[in-house]
Amino acid sequence: MRTSDNIVVAIASGKGGTGKTTIATNLAHVAAGMGRKVQYLDCDVEEPNGHIFLKPNIEKTQAVTVDVPEVDLKKCTGCGKCGEICRYSAIIHLKDNHVLTFEQLCHSCGGCLRVCPAEAIKPKPLDIGDIEFGKSGDIDFVHGRLRIGYVRTPSLIKEVKSHIKDDSLAIIDVPPGTSCPVVEAVKGTDFVLLVTEPTPFGLNDLKLAVGLVRDMNLPFAVAINRYGVGDKEVERYCEAQNIEICFKLPDDRRIAESYSTGDMIVDSLPEYEKGFTDLIEAMTV
Amino acid sequence: MKIAITSRGETLDSEVDPRFGRAEYFLIGELESMDFRAIENKNVNAAGGAGINSAKVVIDAGAEAVLTGNCGPNAERTLSAGGVRLYTGVKGTAAEAVELCKGGKLTEAGGPNVESHSGMNK
Repeated sequence: MRTSDNIVVAIASGKGGTGKTTIATNLAHVAAGMGRKVQYLDCDVEEPNGHIFLKPNIEKTQAVTVDVPEVDLKKCTGCGKCGEICRYSAIIHLKDNHVLTFEQLCHSCGGCLRVCPAEAIKPKPLDIGDIEFGKSGDIDFVHGRLRIGYVRTPSLIKEVKSHIKDDSLAIIDVPPGTSCPVVEAVKGTDFVLLVTEPTPFGLNDLKLAVGLVRDMNLPFAVAINRYGVGDKEVERYCEAQNIEICFKLPDDRRIAESYSTGDMIVDSLPEYEKGFTDLIEAMTV
Repeated sequence: MKIAITSRGETLDSEVDPRFGRAEYFLIGELESMDFRAIENKNVNAAGGAGINSAKVVIDAGAEAVLTGNCGPNAERTLSAGGVRLYTGVKGTAAEAVELCKGGKLTEAGGPNVESHSGMNK
């Protein structure tokens, strides 16, 4: 019998390439090994890569659409209200009843549909990507894949997160950065683990990420990957800011070698398993 | 024929602004009378949609042709829908551009000549 949880943990970072996916996938793997019900959701939908390590069997694929406006020019009276309300220039009124739409710029607010006095605008589904569901051992695997050239990242992330189960430890792999996709991915989570590296670049972007989670009032702590390289500035910053450093993964060439072949660290290097076990317990008390 | 020239300044001796969507000014006037007025472009620092909104400005001003350096796909599509002819690759002063246009020396662009966002941060 597996232990039920109802905790959502986000693995985020300001800087890209700090080890979010490495830590997220190993956490999921170790948690499943501890007998917990665990779900891994890759919200880095522009380039999901957790599947490389978890190697899930994909069982189901679901298309995700958003609504964009479709204008019936025969009904259009040329009032121009649709273009006036749109903040993204996704719909624009030219002379007479000529209305142009730019689907890629639309944020699906529905404003143009509502203000049109002639009911000439209808919602039309635009396919922005897919969500794939599968199993990696006992781990429930979910990831989103945004279509190339599409920019509706937060909409797809929101859809991926709608599949969070309420009886599992849900581990969310967050995209890098501190912009809208990250806000969407960490929103409503119970705990955010900010993964960084002990370098000036890591520190700079960690400060941005800390600003974001503090603005959002989310509980968080820091994990330092490749501990031993760089300098001590990340630790000094965390101490000064009263931020807990709850995990350190050393700079070990064998970890990089394991990663480069798509293996899980805890499988190739069992001595690191205890660190991940302790981290899960610390995050889920 | 009424034309619009993207310009760095308010007069015909100004340089042609190489950006369409984020041009500093549009000089709009009749080729025949050479009477041009400047419209300051409010889309210079727009977060997005600069090309589309700039195209709307010149369409609303009644221009039938645009003379500029570079024009991206969204602006080109809007201009085309508004029935505005597009001439890209135009350099030198606005006055020189007008002369080239009068002499029939400009070739109409068959489409956009740059990618979206090419005029950002320039």
